[in-house]
Amino acid sequence: MSLELRNVEKKVGQDTHIYSTNLRFEKNTINILLGSTLAGKTTLMQIMAGLDKPTNGEIWFADKNVTGVAVQKRNVSMVYQQFINYPNFSVFDNIASPLKITGINSDQIKKRVGQVSELLKLSEMLDKRPNELSGGQQQRTALARALVKDSGLILLDEPLANLDFKLREELREELPKLFENRECIVVYATTEPSDALLIGGYTATLMEGRVIEYGKTIEVYNKPKNLFSARVFSDPPINISEIKKSGDTFSLLHDSVKWKNSNVDLKDGNYKVGIRPYNITTYKEGNNCIEIKGKVLISELSGSESLIHFRNVNLNWVSLSNGIHQMKVGQEAKLYMNVDEFMYFDQNNNLVNNV
Amino acid sequence: MNKTINQKAWLFVIPVFILVAFNAVVPLMTVVNYAFQETFGNNVFTWEGTRWFKQILRSDRFHSALGRQFLFTGVILFIQVPLGIAIALTMPKKGIGVSVCLVLMSMPLLIPWNVVGAMWNIIALPEIGLLGHTLNDLGFDYNFTQQTGDAWFTTILMDVWHWTSLVVLLSYAGLRSIQPAYYQAAEIDGANRWAVFRHIELPKMKKVLTIAILLRFMDSFMIYTEPFVLTGGGPGNATAFLSIDLVKMALGQFDLGPAAAMSLIYFFIVLLVCWVFYNLMMRNETQG
Repeated sequence: MSLELRNVEKKVGQDTHIYSTNLRFEKNTINILLGSTLAGKTTLMQIMAGLDKPTNGEIWFADKNVTGVAVQKRNVSMVYQQFINYPNFSVFDNIASPLKITGINSDQIKKRVGQVSELLKLSEMLDKRPNELSGGQQQRTALARALVKDSGLILLDEPLANLDFKLREELREELPKLFENRECIVVYATTEPSDALLIGGYTATLMEGRVIEYGKTIEVYNKPKNLFSARVFSDPPINISEIKKSGDTFSLLHDSVKWKNSNVDLKDGNYKVGIRPYNITTYKEGNNCIEIKGKVLISELSGSESLIHFRNVNLNWVSLSNGIHQMKVGQEAKLYMNVDEFMYFDQNNNLVNNV
Repeated sequence: MNKTINQKAWLFVIPVFILVAFNAVVPLMTVVNYAFQETFGNNVFTWEGTRWFKQILRSDRFHSALGRQFLFTGVILFIQVPLGIAIALTMPKKGIGVSVCLVLMSMPLLIPWNVVGAMWNIIALPEIGLLGHTLNDLGFDYNFTQQTGDAWFTTILMDVWHWTSLVVLLSYAGLRSIQPAYYQAAEIDGANRWAVFRHIELPKMKKVLTIAILLRFMDSFMIYTEPFVLTGGGPGNATAFLSIDLVKMALGQFDLGPAAAMSLIYFFIVLLVCWVFYNLMMRNETQG
């Protein structure tokens, strides 16, 4: 059992929403579609579900071509960003609704709804109506509806986006556990790199209707294929700068910062460097550190981390340090970059070093 | 810390007090004044207590006017609400058709009530009216000025023509506010068209429909101008609804006391029905 998109393309009028895409999701995997708003995540999901037809290409599920098959016949579940439940049904009836259509007997329905509501901590509120629940509980109900039937494909379209921070964290931790021991493919769309890292599995990075790359989440994160993938998969945004290499010396524009990196085997010339914010810190980290100076633009504390935006020559940089490091806006700051973690990209934006 | 007491806030409420006093309390109190007294002109009043109320509540004339009123309102709600929802469901959801439909739908609502009455009066004339003449040509013995059934038929047709649009517009607004994800979820569940209507569209339209029904109830229960122009309450008293009967009593016969008592009873019936209906509809609503 696998889900395969073969040369899938989606055009609406003159606009191309999805450029020719090939993807293959294997059985029992969680697959993240990571990209900003309008990257094509939702369109791609609707094509996978059968709610929308591709302009070109085919969708194969469990070695069958299901391209034109209606969504009701595909055995899929979907959870949306908005909390979608039937407003005049109780929570029990909402969860049971996908089962009732299949015509299994009421004892079975009771048992299944009982199990799923236990799993999602909804047992106490089965008699309530959706509008009597909190946002988190409403989304739990929607999740329960998706899990109650044995779907081969479960699609989650930014399910946590409308929840407040606390509830999001709570549900995000539970999510991967919900899909353990299930025979299904899970697809999870999100704009948050942290969602992808926490959930794990596999990730496809998307940009402007194209899938940039697909692979194990941790590999895509650590070794992005190119600059775009690195950019999509970084929050706060990754720092990117033009650099020059001559001999074993690298230098930023205007020679404001120079460093040596003998581990990297590259021809002399112009490159780009990608530095994740947490590799620029107020303290030295790693064996190979270099200094960078700049004027502080923004200094924010969040929880136990300090986010400092600063300007070096003509570029704005973002740094993320552990602990509380307060800086005044406008002051000159000295920070340290961990050279071993630098990602180098060639002029075609492809990654060229082993990180 | 002590709370500072600031009575200045009352100043801001004064304009509303004045407004409400002039457009509601003062006129209403005048009516109350008449309802408990007898007058023979020259501002001479004698106290009558509840006599007019008893008289009205026991009169056959009031009972039959009230009966006609409830029948009329019931019939037009029964026609306009389902018809309005049905039209709203078939209206286009995007493209130029939306504006065209919305403008067409608003047309009847923009026509003054007495013009609507006059229009339908002419249309329904048996000799020359488009409707009246056609019906007679088709072999129906149609004459709305002489036959009770025909008068009712014409009045109801006129009201449906005039006011169904209001239900359509409100229902359409309610339908448009439903997120597409609901329809997708129903599609995934394999729900049929009826289930989508019953379990998604109808509950989601509940609030606007409540407003639509309340507005239509109140307006039709107080209907005056259109039937007055169309039939003048006739033939006989066949289409003399409460307000028409009330005006006859107050200005035709100049029975100010009973007429005042009747308008108060009338007012409380409208208030009571609206209150009961609203509470029934909103029984299960706790929040958004």
